[in-house]
Amino acid sequence: MKKLITLMLFLGLIRATDAQEIPVVSFGQLEPLLMQRNDTTYVVNFWATWCLPCVKEMPYFQQLHDSYASKKVKVVLVSLDFVRQIETRLIPFIDKHNLTPEVLVLNDPDANIWIEKVSPLWSGALPATAVYNRSGFDFYERSFTYAELEEIVKQKLNNL
Amino acid sequence: MRKTILAAFFITAAAFAVAQGYKPRNKATDFKLKNIDGTTVSMNDYADAKGFIVIFTCNHCPFSIAYEDRIIDLDLRFKELGYPVIAINPNDPAVSPGDGYEDMQKRAAEKGFTFPYLIDEGQKIFPAYGAIRTPHVFVLNREKGEYIVEYIGAIDDNHQDTEAVKQKYVEDAVYALIKGNKPVTTTTKAIGCTIKVAGK
Repeated sequence: MKKLITLMLFLGLIRATDAQEIPVVSFGQLEPLLMQRNDTTYVVNFWATWCLPCVKEMPYFQQLHDSYASKKVKVVLVSLDFVRQIETRLIPFIDKHNLTPEVLVLNDPDANIWIEKVSPLWSGALPATAVYNRSGFDFYERSFTYAELEEIVKQKLNNL
Repeated sequence: MRKTILAAFFITAAAFAVAQGYKPRNKATDFKLKNIDGTTVSMNDYADAKGFIVIFTCNHCPFSIAYEDRIIDLDLRFKELGYPVIAINPNDPAVSPGDGYEDMQKRAAEKGFTFPYLIDEGQKIFPAYGAIRTPHVFVLNREKGEYIVEYIGAIDDNHQDTEAVKQKYVEDAVYALIKGNKPVTTTTKAIGCTIKVAGK
């Protein structure tokens, strides 16, 4: 993911807007990430700091990131926090919880169009998580325990 | 095999969550829910209404807060024309801090809500409608004493910036009904807060 972000930054597709360089992307800029179908297993969590169930499961995504990095699992946290709250809410949250997976802010007002493109299964409620690799794309509009999340990822790895 | 079954279960569960509730042209149930002033409110109480803008919303959700002024505007504009707003808080206050009955009274007073703000005690109404997030709007048209769902979704296409709104979904839907037409757009999706249910 770092490589992808670096590449996207290099290509000028996304812009880093603050000291911590949390990229703010449109859906068009996020879409290439969601289209990846290779031997990396991507776990893309849609969340926000104001979403209580998202905050509750955030440690599980961190744990997954820590435990499965060697197995080519990439966790990406796509925040739907308001852009004006990146400095006041999002960055302090990342710091407080020592989040190390890549964080992006998706800022695209036309949600009616792009929610459907992420997955027809998604109504737009948070949290929601996409898990995908070469074997296919799965989408979950729900929250997880760590055991549930790990089971889904293990199964996706087995499908490779 | 067990894993395949587990995967099939999750996929089915996810699909089912989206498929529940009303679709456009379905008949919607009336309700009898407690308002912030202590009275109970039903759609049948409104003898003259031609329909309703039923909005599942709440106190705590930033998207709901971002839309509060726009919900007041919708009510002021459309109740004169026969389509009043009824707001319903679907969250279980036990698991959603800030969404209790007294919190609702307080917020309504602060903002000067012009419409009923009901609590979905027992959480029976939001699942019947198929509300999933806040805010989640159902525009209903009264036809021969029944309530027909004509639009489900977002208020407009930009929660962050009222000035940048390009499509006013609810307004367009209600104006279509007033003219005796059907709304062009009948469903939209939007980001919102999940409705909070104990044990989930």
